[in-house]
Amino acid sequence: MEFKTLVFYFLSAILLFAALRVITARNPVHAALFLILSFFSAGCIWALLRAEFLAIAIVLIYVGAVMVLFLFVVMMLNINVDRLREGFWRYLPLGALVGILMVLEMAFILGGDYFSKLQPHAPQMAAGYSNAKAVGRLIYTDFVYPFELASVVLLVAIVAAIAIAYRGPKKTKYTPPGKQLRVHADDRLRVLKMQAEKDE
Amino acid sequence: MTLAELSFKLPDLLPAGAEIFLLTMACAILLIDLFVKDKERTPTFALTQFTLVVCAAFTVWLSSGDATPTQTFSGMYVADFFGAFLKLTLYIVVCVVLFYARTYMLERAPAAKGEFYSLALFATLGMMVMISANHFLVIYLGLEILSLSLYAMVALQRDSVRATEAAMKYFILGALASGLLLYGMSMIYGATGTLDITRVANALGGHGTGHLLTQTGLTKTIHDAAISANAAAGGNKMVLILGLVFLVAGLGFKLGVVPFHMWIPDVYHGAPTGVTLFIGTAPKLAAFAVVMRLLVGGLATLAGDWQQMLIILAVLSLAIGNLAAIAQTNIKRMLAYSTISHMGFMLLGLVSAVGAGVDDAAIKAYSASMFYVITYVLTSAGAFGMILLLSRSGFESEELDDFKGLNKRSPWFAAIMMILMFSMAGIPFFVGFFAKFAVLQAVVEAGRVWLAVLAVVFSLIGAFYYLRVIKLMYFDPPEDATPIEVPGEIRLLISLNALAVALFGIFPQQLMAMCFTTLQLSL
Repeated sequence: MEFKTLVFYFLSAILLFAALRVITARNPVHAALFLILSFFSAGCIWALLRAEFLAIAIVLIYVGAVMVLFLFVVMMLNINVDRLREGFWRYLPLGALVGILMVLEMAFILGGDYFSKLQPHAPQMAAGYSNAKAVGRLIYTDFVYPFELASVVLLVAIVAAIAIAYRGPKKTKYTPPGKQLRVHADDRLRVLKMQAEKDE
Repeated sequence: MTLAELSFKLPDLLPAGAEIFLLTMACAILLIDLFVKDKERTPTFALTQFTLVVCAAFTVWLSSGDATPTQTFSGMYVADFFGAFLKLTLYIVVCVVLFYARTYMLERAPAAKGEFYSLALFATLGMMVMISANHFLVIYLGLEILSLSLYAMVALQRDSVRATEAAMKYFILGALASGLLLYGMSMIYGATGTLDITRVANALGGHGTGHLLTQTGLTKTIHDAAISANAAAGGNKMVLILGLVFLVAGLGFKLGVVPFHMWIPDVYHGAPTGVTLFIGTAPKLAAFAVVMRLLVGGLATLAGDWQQMLIILAVLSLAIGNLAAIAQTNIKRMLAYSTISHMGFMLLGLVSAVGAGVDDAAIKAYSASMFYVITYVLTSAGAFGMILLLSRSGFESEELDDFKGLNKRSPWFAAIMMILMFSMAGIPFFVGFFAKFAVLQAVVEAGRVWLAVLAVVFSLIGAFYYLRVIKLMYFDPPEDATPIEVPGEIRLLISLNALAVALFGIFPQQLMAMCFTTLQLSL
């Protein structure tokens, strides 16, 4: 066995273990941390396959930005784990059956002739070859149209989120001093004439 | 890297001029709306309609010259007659829909009056991108622009629990459908080594995968080499079929055909009617275009396989759509199930092209489907428009009983609704009849008489619930005597809409011939 293969199996084992722990961990913070671990292992596997740009991107974007944000959200929301877990055992047999069937089907297709023949064509790159350069070059030339469209998707997402969530300026307790000074007692105070109670 | 290494020619932007203009205007309107003081948002509305008119003028001008399809953006964008015709229909439909929905949305979503128009424009952009796409990635991105805008539009009425629930359901199921579609695309990429629809067709057609390699990166070349080595062994057939199944499932979700129809009744019912009107009309055109581009344009060699899948979807949709619609008491839900059955009917035309080739008979079958979808969109815009007109602030006219005695309250609106219902039911001399007739003709010519018989039987069952609306309007006493107040221009527009349904029913040949010619020039 080549050393590279050994590293691959080692990283894959960590990835699978971490992915499994994401859905089995009791504590949501632990689950989020395991998700970070699984992303990181996936990044390492990509680096092993010489896709270093993807590896850096997943570490920077998913591990660095998305998951940290996610972790904050998980910590701030007090999630009731036990309620989420209701019915876990009841649904497990059906879920497991569907999962196993899907794995078998995929194995059937992917294990077939086609994909095993495709593997030996891994390209041999020159020493100075840079993935980031190649990706960047394609994005700004051949793929400029989908690249711009992706930016429209993001813009729509921003507009949609604001349109749904924005509820006007927040009414804080702050009062402008000018307004405060113009207040008269009559505006705020009402004097009621009441009959005095007589002490017996 | 030096500049010389970047052997890149700036793409021709002119064919995509309408999209670029629409995007610019959508962003501008988004900003201008911030400074509009008008409570009714008239400037925003006027600018939106102006944008659509300019886009329409541009599309007409662009397609008035050369008839050959032109590609730009490295072959990812295609401008042809098929696309231009569908886009023109799209502009008209969106324009009419915005007129109908205006007052209703002002009352129902007061906090996001301006955003409604921007989101509608972005959705239109997504549909235009889908209609002109010649690349799997572009189809997906167009679909996401459309879907994201639609999810948000459903949720605009944010104080309504029903609308929020509908938006949530739509979002989750839509995301799942996008996932299925993407998975199918990735499988087809695995089998053919390309995402470009023209190149996919070439790779599957077997005649030389190499000659279109002018603008490719390194990986594609390697893949293509592997493909040619593998295609001979026939090893990729199974991968292709797997991808095709996922692709058809994803498209089925977007078209809303059984068994991927679960979201339709809930979303149609829960969304504010103005948004239901939008969802129920224009996106059908885009979904049809994507089905044509993907299945007929890209995967024509697999026609035998996807025709079988679509037949199953079509028969199930006809059965479940028509039967479930009978049980509905809410007219929005009823029209939702009717949409499912209509989309099933439309699919019948797509499966009726014999073999994989594109001959006149095949084009006739496809143009029958195109005619069906265009006329359906026209009719359903009118039907949802009627529901909007009868609603007023604080009252939703969405139960079947709300249509009781409409003839007594307003004979003219009752007549309009009658025309629309007759057309949907497929009663002769309204446009729906000719749409059904053309599709059935194609089905019979393809030698599937049993399928035609099934379609007719289910259409007859379906006629019941359309005729029930007419019975309620003409033979039942009104429960609610509030006069119907409709602004003059809307009254005129809906009258024109119904008139178009009636006129295309008397003279269907022109539109039918136009569908045929555009497809002939584009396929």
